[in-house]
Amino acid sequence: MTGPGDRSGTDAGQGAAAPGGGFRKGAFGVSGSGDTSGFGGLVRVEPGGAVALHSTDRPYGGWFDEVTDALVEAVGEATYAAAVRRVLVDRGEITYFVAREHLLTLVQALRDDDALRFELCSSVSGVDYEGSGGPAATPGRPRLHVVYHLTSMTYRRRIRLEVAVTVEDPHVPSVSSVYPTADWHERETYDMFGVVFDGHPALTRILMPDDWDGHPQRKDYPLGGVPVEYHGATVPPPDTRRSYR
Amino acid sequence: MTTTDPGTRDPYAGSRETTEGRVYTVTGGDWDQAFGSDLTGEERLVVNMGPQHPSTHGVLRLVLDLEGETVTKARVVIGYLHTGIEKNVEYRNWTQGTTFVTRMDYLSPLYNETAYCLAVEKLLGIDAPSRAQTIRVLVMEINRIASHLVGLATGGMELGALTGMTNGFRERELCLDLLEEITGLRMNHAYVRPGGVAQDLPPGAVESIREWLTVMPERLAGYHKLLTGQPIWQRRLKDVGYLDVTGCLALGITGPVLRAAGLPWDLRRTEPYLGYQDYDFEVPTADTSDAWGRYLVRMAEMFESLKIVRQALDRLEPGPVMVEDKKIAWPAQLSLGADGMGNSLEHVRHIMGTSMEALIHHFKLVTEGFRVPAGQVYVPVESPRGELGYHVVSDGGTRPFRVHVRDPSFVNLQATAAMSEGGMIADVIAAIASIDPVMGGVDR
Repeated sequence: MTGPGDRSGTDAGQGAAAPGGGFRKGAFGVSGSGDTSGFGGLVRVEPGGAVALHSTDRPYGGWFDEVTDALVEAVGEATYAAAVRRVLVDRGEITYFVAREHLLTLVQALRDDDALRFELCSSVSGVDYEGSGGPAATPGRPRLHVVYHLTSMTYRRRIRLEVAVTVEDPHVPSVSSVYPTADWHERETYDMFGVVFDGHPALTRILMPDDWDGHPQRKDYPLGGVPVEYHGATVPPPDTRRSYR
Repeated sequence: MTTTDPGTRDPYAGSRETTEGRVYTVTGGDWDQAFGSDLTGEERLVVNMGPQHPSTHGVLRLVLDLEGETVTKARVVIGYLHTGIEKNVEYRNWTQGTTFVTRMDYLSPLYNETAYCLAVEKLLGIDAPSRAQTIRVLVMEINRIASHLVGLATGGMELGALTGMTNGFRERELCLDLLEEITGLRMNHAYVRPGGVAQDLPPGAVESIREWLTVMPERLAGYHKLLTGQPIWQRRLKDVGYLDVTGCLALGITGPVLRAAGLPWDLRRTEPYLGYQDYDFEVPTADTSDAWGRYLVRMAEMFESLKIVRQALDRLEPGPVMVEDKKIAWPAQLSLGADGMGNSLEHVRHIMGTSMEALIHHFKLVTEGFRVPAGQVYVPVESPRGELGYHVVSDGGTRPFRVHVRDPSFVNLQATAAMSEGGMIADVIAAIASIDPVMGGVDR
């Protein structure tokens, strides 16, 4: 990668850094390849990048404060301060950015505490923020995020937990002991992003073949990563196929 | 070389001595020859069922450990229909995403589209116009009936109730005819778009739906006559695939399976979207926690969907079906021809003949698409199979940065082991049919 705003090799180096640390490239009237196939993409990353790095100030509004207070009470002030690095309220949804060491303590409390009761783990998914611009994508920053969507059927609330790890050390404790449903979700996240869930009963690939190399949904996974050859002609990866250079 | 001992000769399984040792041609009935007289159940038999098997509800592979006919261990292997849709979507613009996600759970395409579009709209901070919302409800509920009918039909086929299958597909065709009339396609509609729906209901559609509403109650009641009272159907389903509420919650199971365990958890009621709070309908439940209960819940849900369709028709008011914002709304309302949706000639005349700016606008919006402010949302809807959730992340670009689909089939399939271990091998089929997984959604 040559710049924090790159989405693909096609437009490498075409943009210019905008004042304030953000990154701006293209607009209607795109400069660069002029590729309108959709593969080139037009990215306008606001300062801070796709992962907003600020924290929402209390009060969060609505039941968000109630849940947060109950969580603080359940795990204790000190643990909460160590576990939850920041809280973001955006578009009516609350996200807790969690340190992985304390993830299990938190989910156990979230599931079992009477005032929280997040009985259902709706979804676990991965996001690779490589190339999304902003500080989250700079080298050394944890770019692999594991996102947990928890649902409280009792109170009809949904929250999101997010754990970020680096590619070099992609270890996250498995929550499958607390939420058995996370079993397949975590296998999929391992398969697609290479996040290793420690303590998972059988962390194997689930969608890709067992002998597959690489983790396809990482942003730096080459498109057309499988050599395609037909009668001697090779097919280039689709993100380079239609750039007129 | 080859010798056959006439004393132990069996018409079904011959054995012969070769240089490699004794070779059995196992065609059945020769277990005493192969294992001696000790057949007390110490022998474990691993049966690989699928991925190509008419009774596994799609390209699903089951690895079953058997003792006699009892399943001691059931493992599920998936991935045979993995198409990389989530990755593909990252390389198309936001509107094109609809075309991809509709192909995931191909029996409930309109739920995929709607959930995806609701997520995009939440990121954009917009709401579709009320007519578009009502049309979405309308087509989704028709789709729910079609989907449940297929669940019933294929489930019936897997259990040997072939009339259930032919009838199920017959009635489903009535639903698909309606969807074809409205969207231009029987499946994979790409009808629901960010900001609304692709086009308004065509002339005559409301009348067709009303006519369908007069036919369907009787047709659906026919399944009660055909299956519900039938002793074989009952005995194949009752007490099979048991999973109670605790098990469901631990395994994340939602939809008819959860409601058949007695918990009336239906997102249309508990977290209403698209104005579902204003519709009058029941959330059917059962208390049997077995395949029988799931069958009854699905049957009852089809009748509730008919009620919702009827109300949606009454609530249809004239108005736009796409947001006013020209930076988001698809520039052309398409027209419906004999071969599906196509170009609106009026629009083509406008951009080609009268306004160059309109042409530029059209070109830019169609090829590059619109930008969506950075952030992430999770939007769940109640699909025929349970909670269908879309986790959509934007980095501020013209394409989704990440779309993750929490497909109910994927999650519900995890219950296979809990439902079938300790039971008979024939009941595995009934249990999986009662989950009603769609492999397109499981593998994505």
